[in-house]
Amino acid sequence: MILQAIFFYLFAGICIASAIMVIASRNPVHSVLFLILAFVNAAGLFVLLGAEFLAMILIVVYVGAVAVLFLFVVMMLDVDFAELRRDFLNYLPIGAIVGVILLIELIFGVIGWVITPGAPKAISAPIAADVSNTQALGLVLYTRYVYFFEAAGMILLVAMIGAIVMTLSHKPDVKRQNIGDQLARRRSNAIDVVKVKSGQGLS
Amino acid sequence: MATFWSDYIWPLVIMVAESVLLLVILLIVTAYVLYADRKIWAAVQIRRGPNVVGPWGLFQSFADLLKFVLKEPVIPAGANKGVFLLAPLVTCTLALAAWAVIPVSAGMVISNINVGVLYIFAISSLMVYGVIMAGWSSNSKYPFLAALRSAAQMVSYEVSIGFVIITVLLCVGSLNLSAIVEAQNSRFGLFGWYWLPLLPMFVIFFVSALAETNRPPFDLVEAESELVAGYMVEYGSTPYMMFMLGEYVAMATMCAMGTILFLGGWLPPFPVVPFTWIPGLIWFVLKATFLFFMFAMVKAFVPRYRYDQLMRLGWKVFLPISLAMVAIVAGVIEVIRG
Repeated sequence: MILQAIFFYLFAGICIASAIMVIASRNPVHSVLFLILAFVNAAGLFVLLGAEFLAMILIVVYVGAVAVLFLFVVMMLDVDFAELRRDFLNYLPIGAIVGVILLIELIFGVIGWVITPGAPKAISAPIAADVSNTQALGLVLYTRYVYFFEAAGMILLVAMIGAIVMTLSHKPDVKRQNIGDQLARRRSNAIDVVKVKSGQGLS
Repeated sequence: MATFWSDYIWPLVIMVAESVLLLVILLIVTAYVLYADRKIWAAVQIRRGPNVVGPWGLFQSFADLLKFVLKEPVIPAGANKGVFLLAPLVTCTLALAAWAVIPVSAGMVISNINVGVLYIFAISSLMVYGVIMAGWSSNSKYPFLAALRSAAQMVSYEVSIGFVIITVLLCVGSLNLSAIVEAQNSRFGLFGWYWLPLLPMFVIFFVSALAETNRPPFDLVEAESELVAGYMVEYGSTPYMMFMLGEYVAMATMCAMGTILFLGGWLPPFPVVPFTWIPGLIWFVLKATFLFFMFAMVKAFVPRYRYDQLMRLGWKVFLPISLAMVAIVAGVIEVIRG
């Protein structure tokens, strides 16, 4: 148990420190890199909880895909740091409201856990000892929650199609490469051999 | 105190010793992978390849190592120092970390975790950060553009590798790498391994592995001849060597992955007596070497892809085929088992 405790405090400590650095660091690229560190440490916490499948999915999806997109956007944007800092006070009230609401929700959650210690057990389904965590997750996700799961998938698909439709533009004068045409091209319809008589040229 | 010793310290010592042993072997193997790569390439082009340092040039990689380490590391004045130095470390560490879960023989694995395949997939999806961080922190246009280019390439081909892994998992029913190898153990030997029933996926895996590890014909990351080494332009000496090390270790990882997923890992090709006497480790190394030989041959005789062709292959050819195969394989398994 000592080892678990040590690793818990290590992961949790780094996670909180890097989360603070996400908002504290001046360079937005550094912020994203600290966000990635926070994600990786959160995955470590998942591993300690025995949820190794969730940990790996967290890394594959959030770190491997979402954070890469964040990093792309942040690197490509031409961010004016001075202007950002000037607007800081304007956004402070909204940020503070969001933060306070989150804090209150968190406190409610903790209070509920303190007054009814049985609550977490009631909402979590026990996993049979011989079933691995991945299998258990699949069994619940594809039976009891299959409609929610499919609905979530559909919503994501709609969002993706929406983004594609918004950025797709067919410009009329752009020449596009047609691979089929290129492959279908033969010597007979590409080359025309003409015998030219001396001194006459081609008409 | 005694239980503390036997419960914590002793397993820790064993684990560290195993890891160090694996690391040393892996680094020596990587040196010879690099040597073999150059020798095979040379042989195809009817050259001699490295032949000066040691007998047949066998110590060439170590000479290169010394040369890189003894050079002066140069950090550009405008570079973001921390990230600039972190990038090669990230690449190298991640590439080596993947080997913690690879079973080289029955039971011979440092950490036999339940989600081994996902772990390797996660590690290889993190490899893109080395590239992006290097390109951005160099604070120069060419590395930056190269980093964007290669990040897009690595992310694209990861998708098809993911689907390939899913088809194998459908056949096995487990994410554990040792279980994947054991599932291929049948009386058909060689023909029971997944390369035959899942042949299209094996081809897709092989090509995607080339793209994922930035090997020719998809080496648009470096393309020494026209794109001046891509995101590594500003790197030299030890940091550059760490990138190269990470790249070759990642290649070895991909060969090991191909061996485990499709070539039956440590299983002998025919489950009869003279073959079963040979230890599994040797079969594993032989198969991985065979895959690497194919990698090297592709490098020697396939011309480099154009970038738009590369993207087209990934998104318009491999992705639909692998998606369809996931559905087909799932259907076939349902019919057989149901």
